[in-house]
Amino acid sequence: MASGPGAAELTAYVDDALSRVALASDQAALGALRAELTGRRSGLAGWHRELGALDPDDRRTLGRLLNEAERAVTGALDARDIELAREARRERLVADTLLLDELVDRRVDAPLERGHRHLVTKTRDELEDVFVAMGFQVVEGPEVETDWYNFEALNLPLGHPARGMHDTMYVEVGASESVVLRTHTSPVQVRCMEDAVRDGSLPLHVVAPGRVYRRDTPDASHLVEFNQIEGLVVDRGITFADLAGTISAFTSAYFGDDISTRLRPSYFPFTEPSAEFDITCTICRGARCRTCAQTGWMELGGCGVIDPAVFAAVGIDPSEWSGFAFGFGIDRCAFMRHQVEDLRALVDNDVRFLRQF
Amino acid sequence: MRVPISWLASYVTLPDSLDELVATLDDLGLVVEGIERVGEGLDGVVVAEVERIDAIKGADRIRLATVTDGRSSIEVVCGAWNYEVGSLVPFAPVGTVLPDGMAISQRTMRGVVSNGMLCSGRELGVGEDHEGLLVLDARTATPGQPIAEVLGIERDVVLDLAIEGNRPDAWCVEGVARDLAARYAQPFEAVVPDLPLPAVDGASIAVEIVDADLCGRFVATELHGVVVVASPPWLARRLELAGMRPINNVVDASNYVMLELGQPTHAYDLERLGRHAIRVRRAATGEQLELLDGSTIELAVDSGAIGDTGEDLAICDGDDVPVGLAGVMGGASSEIGPATTSVLLEAAWFEPLAVARSAKRHRLRTEASVRFERGCDYASCDRASARFVELLAMSSPGLCVVGAPIDARGELRQPAALKVDTDAIEGVLGVRLGLDEVARLLAAIGFEVADGDGSLTVVAPTGRPDVREAPFGVADVAEEVARLHGYAALPTRVPSWPAAGGLGHVVRVRRVVREALVGLGALEAWTAAIVPAEDAVLLGDDAERIRLTNPVAADAPFLRSSLLPGLLGAVRRNAERRQGDIALFEIGVVFTHPSIAPVARVERGGPGGGELVKLPSEDERVALLLARPHDDARSAVAAWRALAAALRLAHTRLDPVGLSTPLGMHPTRCAAIVDKGTGAVLGHVGEVDPDVAARAIPGLESARRLGWLDVDLGVLADHEAVPRASELASVPSRFPTSDVDLAFVLDESVHVEDLKALLRDAAGELCESVECFDAYRGPGVPAGSRSLAMRVRLGADDRTLSEEALASTRARMIDAATQSLSATLR
Repeated sequence: MASGPGAAELTAYVDDALSRVALASDQAALGALRAELTGRRSGLAGWHRELGALDPDDRRTLGRLLNEAERAVTGALDARDIELAREARRERLVADTLLLDELVDRRVDAPLERGHRHLVTKTRDELEDVFVAMGFQVVEGPEVETDWYNFEALNLPLGHPARGMHDTMYVEVGASESVVLRTHTSPVQVRCMEDAVRDGSLPLHVVAPGRVYRRDTPDASHLVEFNQIEGLVVDRGITFADLAGTISAFTSAYFGDDISTRLRPSYFPFTEPSAEFDITCTICRGARCRTCAQTGWMELGGCGVIDPAVFAAVGIDPSEWSGFAFGFGIDRCAFMRHQVEDLRALVDNDVRFLRQF
Repeated sequence: MRVPISWLASYVTLPDSLDELVATLDDLGLVVEGIERVGEGLDGVVVAEVERIDAIKGADRIRLATVTDGRSSIEVVCGAWNYEVGSLVPFAPVGTVLPDGMAISQRTMRGVVSNGMLCSGRELGVGEDHEGLLVLDARTATPGQPIAEVLGIERDVVLDLAIEGNRPDAWCVEGVARDLAARYAQPFEAVVPDLPLPAVDGASIAVEIVDADLCGRFVATELHGVVVVASPPWLARRLELAGMRPINNVVDASNYVMLELGQPTHAYDLERLGRHAIRVRRAATGEQLELLDGSTIELAVDSGAIGDTGEDLAICDGDDVPVGLAGVMGGASSEIGPATTSVLLEAAWFEPLAVARSAKRHRLRTEASVRFERGCDYASCDRASARFVELLAMSSPGLCVVGAPIDARGELRQPAALKVDTDAIEGVLGVRLGLDEVARLLAAIGFEVADGDGSLTVVAPTGRPDVREAPFGVADVAEEVARLHGYAALPTRVPSWPAAGGLGHVVRVRRVVREALVGLGALEAWTAAIVPAEDAVLLGDDAERIRLTNPVAADAPFLRSSLLPGLLGAVRRNAERRQGDIALFEIGVVFTHPSIAPVARVERGGPGGGELVKLPSEDERVALLLARPHDDARSAVAAWRALAAALRLAHTRLDPVGLSTPLGMHPTRCAAIVDKGTGAVLGHVGEVDPDVAARAIPGLESARRLGWLDVDLGVLADHEAVPRASELASVPSRFPTSDVDLAFVLDESVHVEDLKALLRDAAGELCESVECFDAYRGPGVPAGSRSLAMRVRLGADDRTLSEEALASTRARMIDAATQSLSATLR
């Protein structure tokens, strides 16, 4: 009856295998070694075949030993393989070295063509320019915000039902649901007002463009990450009339003189009175079409007179100052002006789209 | 909210034109989001009686029915099985166009001609049932009768209104009608229930409000003699039009009252309510409640979310066992069933924030909770109870009210009372309206208005909790005035102020950067800031990432830490469309977890803004990915030089990175961009690690290199960290210049820029420019050294340089290089 290899024989086999593995100088050699040590013709495989002839007890004992030996050899092979791959990579990279400080060749083999701004950027630039011409300063703020800036200081206290409409995404930092991806550019308003109060630099006439986030299923007219622009005026004697005049002035500057606006009552916790503002449908110019649902109007954004509770939160004296705020989607403007049928094209980055603007 | 026009018309005279009504509602801030016409497409559909049913040879799913419309017999093939000979069913003859647009024509199936169609409820647009035909009650239908008449369907238009969060009063048909009446200056009559029922003695119910801060009022009415049957058809129809499913007369009456008056009510089966009593109290943590929808919830378990107090308000029975989640949903144990004969009716007012908290935590947004959250009119509890009784009595003739309703009170907020005058209104709206006009408008929507001395004292209706006390309330009152007056009728003015507008520094720098990159042929991309876990794996980034609690896509829960994966993805997608030979750039924010940020961003946060909160830091990066056929680190460096020139950076240089290669970059083809003077690191330039590129863009040719530039816009824009070249003009000399070429052998560690600076200093004011035009290693140059060939252009403003001057300058430069940098001249 066959007895198989003894423990000493196996140990010797493994020791020999490990030392050969350690000596393998490249991945090709290691591949050959792997076949030799663990392949069908290897000593291990041979012993495995002999197992069947052993009595059950011996078979179990030897089977276990063989498996251990095989694990040891395979483990060493794998480890060495990673090591060699790393070395090979290091060698490749070293051979590839290029010192960038001494580059002297100014000739670069690239096609001579002009690139393109993104449509959203182009739209944002144009809007910024319109507002700058109207006397606004462009300001910006962070995209990750605390609950205070995104909600509470805007008269959206904890538990306020209107928060539900914001489809907020929370960032896992600090207390649960205390840090958010900003759902609108309005927190920049709060920051500007806080800063102005601290610096004694009121009045304020600012617009704040930037990226905002809503937990919304992306479709032809919704993106999870999109862009808004926010306007804020805090000055003496500002009323709803100034708001209506500003909205109308900027829309005709951006969309053209034949575009008019209308305000409809709406609700935002941070403005009172609040309004949605519509502009003449840019597709049919008011003649009523499918895009504007046969109304002749398209909804652009929201606005209103700043709620006194917001002034209270940031410490502005409402007996001296009043103001208005408005906000709308930059992407939506691009959509209206250029008739982008599917907003998802804005984030697909297909060069055939990017080259159009 | 769905509002049938026929229902509105029972309150106010509506304009003839639907367009005009819609425009008026929009202008009142009750935005019409949808218009549904119902009852159309039923012309021609009549009741038919089934005369015989025959099998069709070879068909086991359809049969041939012979029906009569009272005049003639017609053969129709039908696939339904829920009818028999003698059944009355809806029949649509050939030529009918059903509500869903289906045109009925003569068809042949299995060789049998079908002359019309027998219809299901869904096909007629009167229900969801599509299991079988809509079998009609023989008591109410006769063959040949128009189906619309049998079902009591009148043509109607259902408006879908978006009710804003500050208009709880408008969350019902009566509220919408009240606004319309005010706008049309029509008298408005609220629903006044007629209670003909004699109240009998012997009341058994009791109510205790334990937590008076969360339950302001609880009106309980005991009703006996209840018979649970189906609602009258007109009532069921209105519920259906309003989007609610009829269940039985008790539940339907409750829902109807809510749709009509905005006050939710709840009916408990009195016999199943322990001790016939109600206790309203905060739930204890962990108490269980089985709801009407069959789910079981655990009460008062804090979700940990900011602002969650972990409280639930429970309605309990006399044994103190929870039987409902206040304002959200009732419990299963006291549900109205066919055996119910007595009822305890609840009409209550709960603290809106408490209802909002419970609804959010248990993810139960119900018709009742949305109304309670916004604040119901606590004064309407009696009227709602009476209206419920009135409606139920119509289908439950033996109904009687036992005892007087119990009116338990907790804490209630009094409606705001404030003074307004024309100045205050003008200060908000910019228009001077007469006091009498203001008074008229406010009174029309239920404000109490009293004339004062040149001002009005107004008290808001109890159903308008959104109206605050002075001073804030002035804005609320002004909004109501503006709304009813009409926004379009308000004046406009374009404001102006003496300060000039401006882009701001960073915006201007960003524009310069963008124009420079566009000028180099790059396309601006816009990639996602919310990214999958694979992005970090691709870069081998194991630093702490910023996770979102509730991402849109479960497989993309992180905020990006680099623009590289996004841009590689954009190139890959373009490559898949055979257009991958492109240069893309992006200017966007990357995020760093506060635990690993060099300087954590700290901002005002926490409840009330009373804490300082550590936030992820945000850095705006400018990244350029060059993926055109001959791109590599060289073109990336050339692009950087063009960008630096556009920004007029005074003296930046490229430093070797040693072991600190940024993640994803080629370790031996990478340089840090550093300001020589300040040491500020602007970013890195070089190539994408070839292994990273191969993994990100499968199918990328192995010889293809990707140039990469990644700089920090904030640093770039910082003139202190990165000084700009002088703005002073320098008029070029009119005299010829001379070039001196020098090749030095230097240790590899000597930076080209250091050599340049040294030569420039040595040449002094004669130096016009210094340039390295060749670098050489190989025979003749010792290992560890390199030969750098420099061209120094010399000149003077007032003369042509003499040979002597050139020679001495040349000697000075050689001396300097040999002495300071141990260089040898080749």
